[in-house]
Amino acid sequence: MSTTIIFTVASLSILGLLLAVVLYFVAQKFKVEEDPRIDIVEAIMPGANCGGCGQAGCRAFAEACTKAENLDNLFCPVGGNATMKKVADALGFQVAEKAPMVAVVRCNGTCENRPKTNIYDGVATCAAKSALYCGDTGCRYGCVGCGDCVAVCNFGALSMDPKTGLPVVDEEKCTACGACAKACPKGVIEIRNKGPKNRRVFVSCVSKDKGAVARKACKAACIGCGKCAKVCPFGAITVENNVAYIDFNKCKLCTKCVSECPTGAIHKVNFPEKPAAPAAPAAPAAKPAEAPAPAAKPVENNVNQEK
Amino acid sequence: MKTFSIGGVHPHDSKISANAAIESFPIPEVAYISMGQHLGAPAEPIVAPGDKVKVGQLIANANGFISAPVHSSVSGTVKGIETVFDLAGNPCKAVVITVEGDEWVETIDRSDKIEKEIKLDSKEIIEKIKECGIVGLGGATFPTNVKLSPPPGKKAEFLIINGAECEPYLTSDYRVLIEMPEQVLIGAAIMMKALNVTQGFIGIEENKPEAIKVMTEKAKGYPQIKIVTLKKKYPQGGEKQLIDAVVGRKVPSMGLPIDTGAVVQNVGTALAVYEAVQKNKPLFEGILTVTGECCPQQKNYKHRVGTPLSKIIEAVGGVPEAAAKVISGGPMMGKAIANLDAPTLKGSSSVLFLTEEQTKRKEESNCIRCGKCIEACPMGLEPYLLNKLAKARRMDDLEANKIYDCIECGCCQFTCPAYIPLLGTIRLAKADVMKIMRSRPKK
Repeated sequence: MSTTIIFTVASLSILGLLLAVVLYFVAQKFKVEEDPRIDIVEAIMPGANCGGCGQAGCRAFAEACTKAENLDNLFCPVGGNATMKKVADALGFQVAEKAPMVAVVRCNGTCENRPKTNIYDGVATCAAKSALYCGDTGCRYGCVGCGDCVAVCNFGALSMDPKTGLPVVDEEKCTACGACAKACPKGVIEIRNKGPKNRRVFVSCVSKDKGAVARKACKAACIGCGKCAKVCPFGAITVENNVAYIDFNKCKLCTKCVSECPTGAIHKVNFPEKPAAPAAPAAPAAKPAEAPAPAAKPVENNVNQEK
Repeated sequence: MKTFSIGGVHPHDSKISANAAIESFPIPEVAYISMGQHLGAPAEPIVAPGDKVKVGQLIANANGFISAPVHSSVSGTVKGIETVFDLAGNPCKAVVITVEGDEWVETIDRSDKIEKEIKLDSKEIIEKIKECGIVGLGGATFPTNVKLSPPPGKKAEFLIINGAECEPYLTSDYRVLIEMPEQVLIGAAIMMKALNVTQGFIGIEENKPEAIKVMTEKAKGYPQIKIVTLKKKYPQGGEKQLIDAVVGRKVPSMGLPIDTGAVVQNVGTALAVYEAVQKNKPLFEGILTVTGECCPQQKNYKHRVGTPLSKIIEAVGGVPEAAAKVISGGPMMGKAIANLDAPTLKGSSSVLFLTEEQTKRKEESNCIRCGKCIEACPMGLEPYLLNKLAKARRMDDLEANKIYDCIECGCCQFTCPAYIPLLGTIRLAKADVMKIMRSRPKK
């Protein structure tokens, strides 16, 4: 009895030792050389694995960073400038600070502005709905309201407003990873400059329909009249395909276009409430004059990279 | 009695408009002739505003290999080339013609005399069909001339005329079979000559005894064409299912009907081919069923392409009070109409009014893995699995499970006891998978 136990233990121990030696040499021989810096960078990353940087995940981004010659084309939107600074320090790179970005819903087709023309009762995703037909309102460009953007957001930054039927972006939570913009089949969501003091001016409409058609479908539609482009002192507004677009790199937030727009399609956000009529437009115009200056350069970088 | 071997469902056939003889719908005051009436690139208009056109005159050229020319369905003055909105509310280029009188192009033979003798040879027939802008009228509107020219290395053995009309409610093919049986047979004979085959079949489902009787009687004069009675089962009118039902051959996965030696054409197409080849008449008219339990009048209209649907709906007394959904095509595969002002197309087959009770989707519950969808799928797929994979966006697994074979017939959704919108999810994923497959470099 005891000999069986002794024999078993002894033979297994010898076998274990032998295999350990074999494994040691095999591990030496087939060792995968990996840049140790990848682990360091990965530890810095937020670990969201959202893909907002364009890489498959945080580790892939870390690997790309270690292989890159500079960090100009690499940016983690979730971690932002703070994370990129750490990554740059760890790898000995220089990194230019980028202006913070945020997802902006460019549609104001609320139930009130854009009455429903039919009822959709198919698969409740934006992708299915927009693949099937023009949508349940007269506007075939705007938000279809099934919340694909909410579903893809990893950060809980989006929610559907039951009153308007449109998605709402929580600026605090939004990391500008761009997942919602990619998921939106109508291309209604745009990643835009967050702006100084989070103040932004944008055209809240993407309808390419001609003025009359767009207006018939939605009260708050951009009708492509071009008044905003005329009034803009900075040439930031272009009207193409019957819809105005404000270039956030050129916009100095004077908000002249906001008051000029006949349909109220141009929105300003986070501007001080209840401005006294004459004084207010001057105040925000004066303030950003100092504020955007430092932000201007990195933003330009950003544009170049996209190209 | 013959039928296809796997899957299928039995929706109530509801052919309530079957006894309504084909009536000519009045010519509209303004015709909106869409440039996108066929599968493939939209046609290129060749008329300018102010031009006078006659009925049957070419107004747009085919734009590419899979495309078809478009002819004017009315006579009058071209008002302009405008953007109109189709059934789904999407924009589409259209030639707008203000109608003046009804003057036809002189070369069209407008007599009722049936021309039996086929004078043209195979090549000339295909050329004629191409010139006349004939497209498949079974639903896909694929250019007929392309289908009649098998790719090199493939040989057609027989022609099958699809008279199954398995979609509930639709009766346009049925009326054509009863009212113009001779023309359909000659049309079939013409296509057989074009394909250089000696055997033809016309498959008709058992729920159309009148059509089977008439056709069997008339087919006696055409020994090469056989009338095949089929058991009533949806989707028998699907190309692959029909080939299986009629000759018992199976189209391989990813394959085309021609791989089995079969070419399938619709009854309406056969009629159009007859009119084109024997009467020199391009395709600018179609048969449209207007039906539904809540619709006070059941009609089978012969309409000019480009007639606004709203005119047709007006003629039957407007959208019925009880109607909740207006559908173009049958209830199984048809599409809900989002824009009632859309003009009719060559391939328009019906305007169907359904009530709230008939169309309201029941609340979805969980899949209980009962396997009914697998039993119902005529392509042998596993819809419940595809649905799950599609929701998880597992594209490679979807491809491994042959999502590309789905014919979007809707049997799975029809049969699902949990009311899961299987087809909606699968259709979307199928399009994505096909896109990935097409983007791969060809070997």
